[in-house]
Amino acid sequence: MTNVSETTESTPAVAENKPSIIVDHVRKDFLLRKSHSFKEAFIGWIRGKEVKAKKFQALDDVSFIINEGESVAIMGYNGSGKSTMLKLISGVLEPDAGKILIRGRLAGLIEVGAGFHPELSGRENVYLNAAILGMQKEEIDKRFDDIVAFSEIEAFIDQEVKHYSSGMFMRLAFSVAIHTELDILLVDEILSVGDAPFKEKCRAKIRELAGQGKTMVIVSHDQRMMKELCDRGIVIKKGKQVYDGPVADAIEVMQQK
Amino acid sequence: MTTVDLSEFRTPGRGRGILDVFRWHYLLRLLVRKGTQTRYRNSALGWGWSYVKPAAQFGVYYVVMGIILELHRNIPLFAVYLFSGIVMVNFFNESFSNATKSITDNRALVKKIYLPRELFPIAAVIGAFIHFLPQAAILLVVCLLMGWTPSLIGLAAIVVAIVIVAVTALGLGMFFGALNVAYRDAQNFVEIIQVFSTWSVPVLYTWHMVADKAPEWLFNIYMVNPLAAAVELFHRGMWRPVAERAIATDGGELFAGPANLWLNAGIGLAIAVVFLLAGQAVFRRFERRFAQDL
Repeated sequence: MTNVSETTESTPAVAENKPSIIVDHVRKDFLLRKSHSFKEAFIGWIRGKEVKAKKFQALDDVSFIINEGESVAIMGYNGSGKSTMLKLISGVLEPDAGKILIRGRLAGLIEVGAGFHPELSGRENVYLNAAILGMQKEEIDKRFDDIVAFSEIEAFIDQEVKHYSSGMFMRLAFSVAIHTELDILLVDEILSVGDAPFKEKCRAKIRELAGQGKTMVIVSHDQRMMKELCDRGIVIKKGKQVYDGPVADAIEVMQQK
Repeated sequence: MTTVDLSEFRTPGRGRGILDVFRWHYLLRLLVRKGTQTRYRNSALGWGWSYVKPAAQFGVYYVVMGIILELHRNIPLFAVYLFSGIVMVNFFNESFSNATKSITDNRALVKKIYLPRELFPIAAVIGAFIHFLPQAAILLVVCLLMGWTPSLIGLAAIVVAIVIVAVTALGLGMFFGALNVAYRDAQNFVEIIQVFSTWSVPVLYTWHMVADKAPEWLFNIYMVNPLAAAVELFHRGMWRPVAERAIATDGGELFAGPANLWLNAGIGLAIAVVFLLAGQAVFRRFERRFAQDL
């Protein structure tokens, strides 16, 4: 069990940069629930079966601070809890203990395309998804041409998305996400999108954002990409933070097992 | 050593509840539009379905209640009386059930991206309201043909009725919508409530038939039920003016409106607001677990 620090009011000193993300003694449990309806819960109770859900600790006492403009890779094997960490930062999940604080606008390249509706046209989907990511109409109007140009599907923008190929779909979805107004970018295994030239274009775009001083948190298995984009790595193993430091050393820690 | 000013920071995933609607109004508009645009896609009749269902309902009720049970004898312009009640109850039933399903229907989004989740039930209620408009338009045309003229008090009654229904549906919808994430069979309660909402309001009969049978305290409870209050307001706004006209020309007798129409409306509205606050509170409590339970 973690002990929640009482000292969040005075976070550790930062030399030159202001922090963007503060993760303070965070714990996340998942309940593996056995019942998903009143009926199951009731029958379980009558039969005297254990209705209480089993607990599974996804993250245990994780703390770090990411400063403005830093690019940080979160590494770990499947099931280590790294994607959970990203979801906690994005606000989709809430920690069971500890605190997470963020500063500025946050956007996630997490499962882009979640808000796409197959029956709507590409244009309508761009507006809908950009709005889901927190943009206002004027901002979207301003960026619409860039979004479409980046996705390279100008000719099909007024067709219904259900007629798109999966590659076109992902390109448009990624393009919307990357063009949102943001200070913090969360990237989760997204660069498996599209063909090689489009992947390269995405990398270049992410590099460009990093160059503009955006804060970035990247979850990936691609070591080459992490070395290229990040300067710092945090290694999570079975929910525990085992390393936090330069990205090259973090990759070594990962490989040691 | 410097310490960081935490005032600029916020906790991700915490919204301001239904008040977030104002900041996210553009997204809300798009969500509503998405709902109305895709509602009847790929169906033969398209938006015609919006008329078929209430028309069929109206036909059945009219034959059974009006002709077989002979209610049209006591209620002048029974057809108008019936239809104005039905559109109100339909508005409630639809917005309530859509709001309840709104979170599970949008699970792809709720699981992956944070946005104020209250937007979904609110969009559902607004969508149901848009769906209510063509039915209300038919009612209005019929009433106009019968010589309905707007009066300030009548219009006020109509607006207050719609507000009461929308607030009640949103509150209950948020409550059961949140519950529905953890327990998928919470939807069954919704169907039960819908049966009650159809039969426990003076739509298929009149308020004074209840007053005759029920003890006074029970009758008072019955009348401040937000839906009953709303239906009586709607009757006051739509049906009563034309019924009075019809009586004046054809003769006959018109039963009086309920004694405390506006008091009941006030209490009904207050109860609706309590539903809304309770719904929001439960919603917030369950919201933390939406992403993992879906």
